Amino acid sequence: MQKIHPASGAPEPPTERREFIKQGCAACLGLAAVVAPAAIGARVFLDPLSRSNGTEAFVKVTTIDSLPEDGTPVQFPVLADKRDAWTKFTQVPVGAVFLQRRKAGSPLALSVVCPHAGCFVDYLEDQEAFLCPCHNSFFAKDGALKDEQSPSPRPLDSLEVQVRNKTEVWVRFQDFQLGITEKKPVT
Amino acid sequence: MMKRVLGWVDERTGLGRFIEACLFQNLPGGSRWRYVWGTLVVYVFLLQAITGFFLWTGYSPSTQTAWESIHHIQHEMTGGWILRGLHHFGAQAFVVVIVLHLLQMVVYGIYRAPREVNFWLVMLLLPLAIAMSATGWLLPYDQHGYWASRVPIGIMGVTPVIGPLLQKIAMGGSTVGHHTLTHFLALHAGLLPLCVAGILGLHYFLNRKHGLGDVPKDCACPDERYFPTQFLKDAAACLAVFLVLLGFVLFPYWQNPTATPGVHLGAPADPSEQYSAARPEWFMLFLFQFLKYFPGGTEVWGAMVIPGLVGAVVALMPFVAQWKHGHRFNVLFISTLLGAAVILGRLAAVEDGKDETYLAAKAQSRRNADRMHQLVAERGIPPSGAAALLRDDPLTQGPKLFAKNCASCHRFDGHDGLGHKPLTTHTVRTNETWESIAEFRFMKLAQLRQLNPTFTNPLKPDDKIVAQVRPWAPDLKGFASREWLAGLLDPAQVDGPHYFGGTKFKEGKMSKWVKKNATPEKADDLKKVVIALSAEARLKSQAGADKAGAELIKQGRALMVGDMACTDCHSFGKKDPDATAPDLTGYGSRAWLIRFISNPAHADFYGKRNDRMPAFADKKILDAKQLGLLADWLRGDWYEAPKNGVK
Repeated sequence: MQKIHPASGAPEPPTERREFIKQGCAACLGLAAVVAPAAIGARVFLDPLSRSNGTEAFVKVTTIDSLPEDGTPVQFPVLADKRDAWTKFTQVPVGAVFLQRRKAGSPLALSVVCPHAGCFVDYLEDQEAFLCPCHNSFFAKDGALKDEQSPSPRPLDSLEVQVRNKTEVWVRFQDFQLGITEKKPVT
Repeated sequence: MMKRVLGWVDERTGLGRFIEACLFQNLPGGSRWRYVWGTLVVYVFLLQAITGFFLWTGYSPSTQTAWESIHHIQHEMTGGWILRGLHHFGAQAFVVVIVLHLLQMVVYGIYRAPREVNFWLVMLLLPLAIAMSATGWLLPYDQHGYWASRVPIGIMGVTPVIGPLLQKIAMGGSTVGHHTLTHFLALHAGLLPLCVAGILGLHYFLNRKHGLGDVPKDCACPDERYFPTQFLKDAAACLAVFLVLLGFVLFPYWQNPTATPGVHLGAPADPSEQYSAARPEWFMLFLFQFLKYFPGGTEVWGAMVIPGLVGAVVALMPFVAQWKHGHRFNVLFISTLLGAAVILGRLAAVEDGKDETYLAAKAQSRRNADRMHQLVAERGIPPSGAAALLRDDPLTQGPKLFAKNCASCHRFDGHDGLGHKPLTTHTVRTNETWESIAEFRFMKLAQLRQLNPTFTNPLKPDDKIVAQVRPWAPDLKGFASREWLAGLLDPAQVDGPHYFGGTKFKEGKMSKWVKKNATPEKADDLKKVVIALSAEARLKSQAGADKAGAELIKQGRALMVGDMACTDCHSFGKKDPDATAPDLTGYGSRAWLIRFISNPAHADFYGKRNDRMPAFADKKILDAKQLGLLADWLRGDWYEAPKNGVK
């Protein structure tokens, strides 16, 4: 709005300075009256930025006996306690993982979320591969990119796994940033 | 370059010329402070739109999330309490500036032809502002909003013919629920502001069309342009209003920085909880008071017909003004109206100030709100909503259960749990004196006389005087604690009003035993017994003392089965089929107390010798949850906020 005022011209040279100060004051006060409440509102609106996701602890997902011997990946829901803004939830679904037995060591856990755009990938048993139903990203059984034409920038995200009390499978469930080549947890 | 871009935009849209026309409007006779009112109405509306929008981004309209999301905004989100406070006071300011603008239009005669429509538009803003306030009140879904909004909803229902239908549509059903909140939010943040914005636009358009209405005629003041002189005055006024509102928000915080900041958010709405402090916003108190004068069935007159007629008179003012003295009549009428509203509002406030039920309800509501805040901080809000926290809280529910179920015989620190001393009318019988009545009712003589200031000596039979209800059973404050048990084992107290004085056990074996055996020589042993027995209760308040006194407890337990011979009548440690008095194993513990209240006439307790106390569980007077709440409260077992306050 102030951009218009030079066009209005100043009536008389002696009062020009006074007029200018007046215009400045008017614009500043007017702006302050509107910007102040907007700034308070914006601070509240941006409050989520100052909150972190919290530390993702390990969650018990299943037992090792429920995983097929032949290493076929099986999808499991992940239930966890979580706080969503004001509500405290106990044992609600927070996501899902594909778990598969490996010849040695703990099972492999892969996130079901395609790192490209966040769709839920399918496991195709006949091809022993994961296919994303959205943009056809194609992953091998171990999560590696199978097809160079795949739009996904990186392999499926693996999650940390612990086997506790010999049979319990615990997974550290995390979300990762989409669309980038590195695997970076969402905070 | 900039100039060329601006020129292009102006050429295609006319925006530049429009802004110029607004900013450089010629004001005949120059700028005036009294021209700021119109701008203030627009500004406060803008302020509400801005703060309202940001509140909206954090609000969730449903019965399980409305209160919860507002609580989150106010107490968790940075600056949330200031934002909500500004919106809260801004809503009141909106009504105020509209009324003042309207008043200004009447007093300065700006409603005269051709500005009748201008006037009506401002008039129309008033019901819209009130509707926005009324719909906004329900949205936090606290006790206050819930009960206060039932009044306008009820008034809507008495509208002839279409009332009930209108009511059902507004509420989105027959009861206040999810759809009431979604409807009210849509009205509050959608339709109503849209109407207000439309009216303000139209008002501005007509203002430009007709020019200023109250240009001083006998003033040689030179013309001025709107910008910057009038703009400066307007901006300064707007900023001043903002600062005043901010002051209202911050002042309580500045006064008491340790209290939880922010405008009052009551406990979550609970249709089963009485709330006697429901009042409309202060600017509607006059109507609230006015409605008191209309007996049942005639509310429609007080709430609709009369306000409607008054509105019609105000609306016709532009025409009335054409008559001789018409303008004077208008000014007088509107002043009288305002004066009457102020007087009625003041009357309502004065009546409330004397109304003990109202004051008690207000105090209770504040306590509940603070308690909710502690519980949310401690427990977190379950998915079923925050109201459950208060319903499951012994500190909140215990006193109410006690007052309802126990206080007809028991006392808690001398009162009924809620702080009242139950009173009754005592009809004087032959031979009764002030002294005998006071003694029977465990009152001090002076106390009794004080309750009956109009009665003179001596009392005659059939005189009706006010007296305390006689406590028929022990005072349970600190039940099973060391202090409480020490009193029980004190010969001076055992048959007094705090223990067995009102019961048939006044002359019972326990009472006799205490009087005979509780001698000063045995004081040490008795103390050990008290410590040992009290440890059975595992009271939260004594956890430290019980831990430290392990050796004394051991000695006390030995005395109970040995020298003190408690086990002659009581069971202790192991079941004694011949016991005739209450089992002392786990005495005063949660399980013991629940079992006792469930059925005091059980063989483990008083058996057949039970004196009048009902079997609360067996007779299904209290359910398991209520028994638990009552026991927890009596045992002082509830969540307590840390001393330095929450957060």
